[in-house]
Amino acid sequence: MSKRPVGARESNTIAYVVLTVGAVVMIFPFVWQLIMSLGTNADVISIPPSFWPSEFKPENYANVFDRVPFLSQFGVSVAITVIRTIGQLVLCSMAGYAFARMYFPFKGVVLALILAILMVPPQVYLLPQYQIIQGLGWLNTVIGIAAPGIFSAFGTFMMRQFFMGLPPELEEAARLDGANQFQIFWKIMLPLAKPGLSALAIITVLWSWNDLLWPLIVATSAESMPLSAGIATLTSGRTITDYPMLLAAAMMAMAPVLLLFLFMQRRVIDGVAFSGLK
Amino acid sequence: MTSSAVHEVGVAAPAAAPAPPAGRSKRRGRSDLGWALVFVLPLFAGVALFYLWPIVRNFWFSFTEWGPFGDSEWVGFDNYAELITDATMGRAILNTLGYTAILLCGIPLAVYFASLLNRPGLRFASVFRAAFFLPYVAMPAAISMVWRIIYNGDFGILNYMLSLIGIDGPSWLSTEGVALVAVALVGVWISLGFNLIILSAGMKGIPVELYEAASLDGATRWKQFTTITVPLLTPSIFFVSVMTVISGFQLFDLLYALMGTTNPAIDKTQSVVYYFFTNIKTGDNGYAAAIGVVILLLVGIFTVLQFRLQKKWVTYV
Repeated sequence: MSKRPVGARESNTIAYVVLTVGAVVMIFPFVWQLIMSLGTNADVISIPPSFWPSEFKPENYANVFDRVPFLSQFGVSVAITVIRTIGQLVLCSMAGYAFARMYFPFKGVVLALILAILMVPPQVYLLPQYQIIQGLGWLNTVIGIAAPGIFSAFGTFMMRQFFMGLPPELEEAARLDGANQFQIFWKIMLPLAKPGLSALAIITVLWSWNDLLWPLIVATSAESMPLSAGIATLTSGRTITDYPMLLAAAMMAMAPVLLLFLFMQRRVIDGVAFSGLK
Repeated sequence: MTSSAVHEVGVAAPAAAPAPPAGRSKRRGRSDLGWALVFVLPLFAGVALFYLWPIVRNFWFSFTEWGPFGDSEWVGFDNYAELITDATMGRAILNTLGYTAILLCGIPLAVYFASLLNRPGLRFASVFRAAFFLPYVAMPAAISMVWRIIYNGDFGILNYMLSLIGIDGPSWLSTEGVALVAVALVGVWISLGFNLIILSAGMKGIPVELYEAASLDGATRWKQFTTITVPLLTPSIFFVSVMTVISGFQLFDLLYALMGTTNPAIDKTQSVVYYFFTNIKTGDNGYAAAIGVVILLLVGIFTVLQFRLQKKWVTYV
């Protein structure tokens, strides 16, 4: 009886060791990137590798603003992320609620059409999407990059599943009180749907901030690109000469999402798990 | 302010009271068409314009060839015929499958780490979980920067570490064959956290009593892992595999950011999505559209295949 816990503790030591090694492999690139972004080019390319700057150069971060239209790219990233997230929260929660709770003709067909998109890889619609954006004169604009991502089949499905899991009694009571559909949705259901909305917001922010392929297609000028495309084109297609500056740029590009994660770990992990498990 | 509407409703209700039967009958065979239009139409209009219509158009595009000035002509199955004999496309498909296969190899690793994280009495579990999840939230285009340096053939940390045990490592990201593995390892590094979270949630669903009974019977940890954890986790493992194949077929960001467009090895390492992208950039829209359809077919085939095979190895309780 007393033997098992001892044995358990013993083998947990191995678990700690293995998990620590794994965690170091996971975190090391971030830490090393942060340290080297504050060093000199010689530090980065030194053999054997250095793990501390020989000379502390925070000006690498300032140099980013001279070499790259960082501020405008940052602005584009923020703008497209805000537009897509708010758009999805509003549209997906409304449509999701309707699919979960309302009765209307062709509901099944309309839902099936929307869900069909989930089974289609983006390469099947990206090119025609590009032409629509081009036709609207929205190439190289914030709205052009953001527009298709406002509408999400996945978000709609997720919110529908969430609303279906809520008890119908509250709505019944409100309906008997004469509340209309919008009032029921807005005053009763939406507050109850906060965990679902927060999960949707988190996965939309992560996806939108990091999204690369679509911005590379619709944004061709450096000023109109979001950070993901800006950073990628900065290093793709050319020989790198100033490593610390690039590491600093990459660090700043990731920082908002990393900070979001560090401050809201639980919520982010739960949100991603929730969206994965539906 | 927040509760005023409900109050108004409460006040307004008596006025509507004279006709309760009408309300009742309306509810029974209820059709909320008016409200449904308000709730669904904004989303559906966008979905139709930006997704459904483009999907239809893409099929049409795949039968056309585009001139330099945006003019297009109908060429029937020419694009598809060309794709079948296109060695670059064949190579891209193989690369994508190879990348996906390596990603799939990351799943057992995730199962192992998830089982460690779920050990009873393990402390700092949430710290470890956060550490493993970090790469998943990081922008691939940005974190690729540091991996380029780690993988560098001359001064990279990886080759330095290999040199300590007497191995002369290659220039990882610009050597054909090696580059795909190097890219895929970063893919595994990124996806591990996501897989871990999903598998961990699956493990929490396994009843503790099973382990208690097994350990009373004297089953070792390893025995418990292979006879309880893994079989009962197969539905989660299946889900993670399906997601892995879908994301594996989307390989683009890492290739673009890790290797770059001027990399000598990129032609032999590119994925189907990368090939799609380069065709769009060169204006070969009809060909790109056909590649999109082929990607759809491939993902479809492999997903159906997985669902077929699941009967052989997934245990549903």
